[in-house]
Amino acid sequence: MTAAFYIAAVVAVLATIMVIIETNAVHALLNLIVSLLAVAIVFYVLGAPFAAALEVIVYAGAIMVLFVFVIMMLNLGEAAVAQERRWLAPRMWMAPAGLSAVLLGELIYMLWQGPAAVPVGTTVTPREVGALFFGPYLLVVELASMLLLAGLVGAYHLGRRERAVAKPEMETAREAQQETQR
Amino acid sequence: MLDLLALVPAFPLFGFAILFITAGTLPRRWIAAIGVGSVGISAILALIVAAGFLSAQQPYTQIVWRWMAIGGFNSAVGFYLDALSVVMMLVVTFVSFLIHLYSAEFMADDEGYSRYFAYMNLFVAAMLVLVLADNLLLLYLGWEGVGLCSYLLIGFWYRDPANGLAARKAFVVTRVGDTAMVIGLFVLFTHLGALEIQPLMQRAQESWPVGSGLAIAAAGLLLGGALGKSAQLPLQVWLPDAMAGPTPVSALIHAATMVTAGVYLIARTHVLYELAPPIHTAVAVIGALTLLLAAFSALNQTDLKRILAYSTISQIGYMFLALGVGAWAAAIFHFMTHAFFKALLFLAAGVVIQRLHEEHDIFRMGGLRRRLPLAFWSFLIGSASLAALPFIDAGFYSKDLILWETWNSGANGPWLWLAGIVGAFLTAIYIFRAVFVVFFGPVNIEPEGRTGFAIAVPLIVLSLLALAGGFVEIPEYLGGIPAFTELLSAVLPNPPSLTAPTASSALAGVLTGIAALLAMLGVAVAFVAFLDRPAFVTRLIESPVGVTLQRFWAAGWGFDWLYDRALTRPFVWLAQLNRSDIIDFFYAGVAWLSEAGWRLLSRSQTGLVRWYAAGVAFGSATLIILAVFA
Amino acid sequence: MNEGIVVAEMTADVPMQYGLLLAAVLFSLGVIGVLARRNIIFILMSIEIMLNAAGLAFIAAGARWAAADGQIMFILILALAAAEVSVGLALILQFYHRTVTVDADAASEMRG
Repeated sequence: MTAAFYIAAVVAVLATIMVIIETNAVHALLNLIVSLLAVAIVFYVLGAPFAAALEVIVYAGAIMVLFVFVIMMLNLGEAAVAQERRWLAPRMWMAPAGLSAVLLGELIYMLWQGPAAVPVGTTVTPREVGALFFGPYLLVVELASMLLLAGLVGAYHLGRRERAVAKPEMETAREAQQETQR
Repeated sequence: MLDLLALVPAFPLFGFAILFITAGTLPRRWIAAIGVGSVGISAILALIVAAGFLSAQQPYTQIVWRWMAIGGFNSAVGFYLDALSVVMMLVVTFVSFLIHLYSAEFMADDEGYSRYFAYMNLFVAAMLVLVLADNLLLLYLGWEGVGLCSYLLIGFWYRDPANGLAARKAFVVTRVGDTAMVIGLFVLFTHLGALEIQPLMQRAQESWPVGSGLAIAAAGLLLGGALGKSAQLPLQVWLPDAMAGPTPVSALIHAATMVTAGVYLIARTHVLYELAPPIHTAVAVIGALTLLLAAFSALNQTDLKRILAYSTISQIGYMFLALGVGAWAAAIFHFMTHAFFKALLFLAAGVVIQRLHEEHDIFRMGGLRRRLPLAFWSFLIGSASLAALPFIDAGFYSKDLILWETWNSGANGPWLWLAGIVGAFLTAIYIFRAVFVVFFGPVNIEPEGRTGFAIAVPLIVLSLLALAGGFVEIPEYLGGIPAFTELLSAVLPNPPSLTAPTASSALAGVLTGIAALLAMLGVAVAFVAFLDRPAFVTRLIESPVGVTLQRFWAAGWGFDWLYDRALTRPFVWLAQLNRSDIIDFFYAGVAWLSEAGWRLLSRSQTGLVRWYAAGVAFGSATLIILAVFA
Repeated sequence: MNEGIVVAEMTADVPMQYGLLLAAVLFSLGVIGVLARRNIIFILMSIEIMLNAAGLAFIAAGARWAAADGQIMFILILALAAAEVSVGLALILQFYHRTVTVDADAASEMRG
């Protein structure tokens, strides 16, 4: 099982790197799903089968489907891929990569400061998670439900199209963009 | 009966509030009824309270409410009634009532009728607060209140910029004195820990020896306030210009009541002056100098109201002289008679000026004796009282008392007496000069209109008071009924003639005789010089020395010129120098610095989300470095 | 008892640091993605990576103590991610409708 952890970890890192350097949004999304599935395996290996299941169902399933819908709706096409390629010039990469490297270095330093800890090595079953959830964490569940409700209302409000105003605006803007692309 | 005391100043204040809030929307009849009525009720209440006080003969304190009581500081709206404040209260309310009544007709055609009565009512309320206050803080409130009303009423006809300038001059000059007075109050409070007048005076007597530096400082600073308010040397320059206001205002504020507030203040805090002999002497010297300087200036004025203004300065000089020699009661006595006859003179002058279409120059008047008999007789009685013609008028008794006490006040007494007697001689000349020039000789301008009931009544009542007001104090050689000084003896210490007499009472008769003769001689000189043989005076004035002196005196001894050169111009020069405001550089620098900071920091506001995210990441990295490695 | 032994065999003998290291690497990659990409959709995806990395850190820490709290925190992050994505994607749609671009730098009207 230990080997599974390392293999999944390598897959997750590689897939994530592919996400952030991919130019095609759909490809990036598929890579992200691979990354998430790999992380789900890591969860399972670390003794959290319930979390692994949720990772697959909610993250890789539901949330990514939302992304797919949006990318479909936007329907950016080949022009967008070319544009992405232009935007991904090396000088755009340098500073963020440096900053992230510093951050990562700090995190690694901190991790290796502490004593090397070995897990207890028992699986935490969904039953335990559920018992804890609807016991001491009940209030948190309520808060999470309120957050989701707020997300729902917000998404509905923002997602509405104000046709009367939006359409002419959209068309003129689209024309203007086509003008600049030429 | 005594607990009606607080209502005495409350009614005029109430009248002011009504007139102020309605802002001239009421019918004129109502305005007059409120304006005059509130002061009338106040006068009746004052009479009731005074009767109550005279039967009890005990000082009475009424605390209306307290602002605050913190530690030793105890600030209250409290009124204190003793013989001194009773006299002040009665004179203020009655003279105010008569002048309000007069104003109801005098100002009838003025567009600012309501505004006028609002200011006048506010003035009466403030003046009553001033004389009735039981602590110096409340007294100061009244003090500034009358100053404000004075400013508002001098500049009443504000459309003429000259009037506004005169109002501003009065305000600024008195402010100089008021500042000194406030510092004096601070000194008193920090060193004696109280502002209630009676405990304060007691503590001063207990903790300060005679001639101590603090007593001199406190007395001197309070004197500064008194000099400003009472238009004494060197702060007398504002009063002649204050004649820009309506004539009843001049009568009430700038003759009868407000300008004598300084006299009241010094009498009220007389303990401090007794503890500070140098300042006490200075009061007498300032009084003597002022009365002489103002008398010379009055002699050379052509504007009727300015003659009376300089005369007021001169007469308050007499009061200061009396205060300075320790004749406290005499000063208050002269305040009372002066309030009667000077108000009378102003009101009579107001009739003359109004009936001659705002003509102020006495040499364009003339022969009004038969045209305006009421004004003539009133003015004559007022003049006789002012000139202290013997026996028949009030001014004689009060001025005589002052001169007698002055003579008795130690080694300097005779010199001060000499100043006083010269002043009395000049007084007779300048006021009868006005009488002869205005009311005798040929008629130059025909008066128009008619004088009504509301103007006639105050003139008649004040005439009676100017004649009979002195009989409350009959000197010894006429039988000796010193009712007035006896009343005040409970509050004010005995005059020098009782404590340390340097002259026999036989001399009193002689001195009185000299004064009486000089007064009559003054009238005779005025008659000869300005009516019988004016050619002589004309020749005198037209000589080179005469022209110079006349100009110098007419301009009030050049004080305005002096202050202009010594204070105003250097100040304006400094202001010019500092045109760009040197101190402001500092603040401008602060503004510039923050603007530069804004320029710098606003560059970080790129509006790019990724930029902000980078900021967050950079900040996190820095924080972790600080947390882990530092 | 028997079940516990079986479960114990199913977990890996991986030090906690490795799990946290994986989380740190994924998180840093997410940071690079947020900072380097201009396409607003990729930025949102990178944020998802970062959130997921944070969840991984919780799971790793929870595994160290065999406590359920780590998974509970992960589930809360999941709820948060769901809400955030729904609002974020709605914002992307609205943004695209208004500007006809997915360039995050186009939304710079707040420049000071």
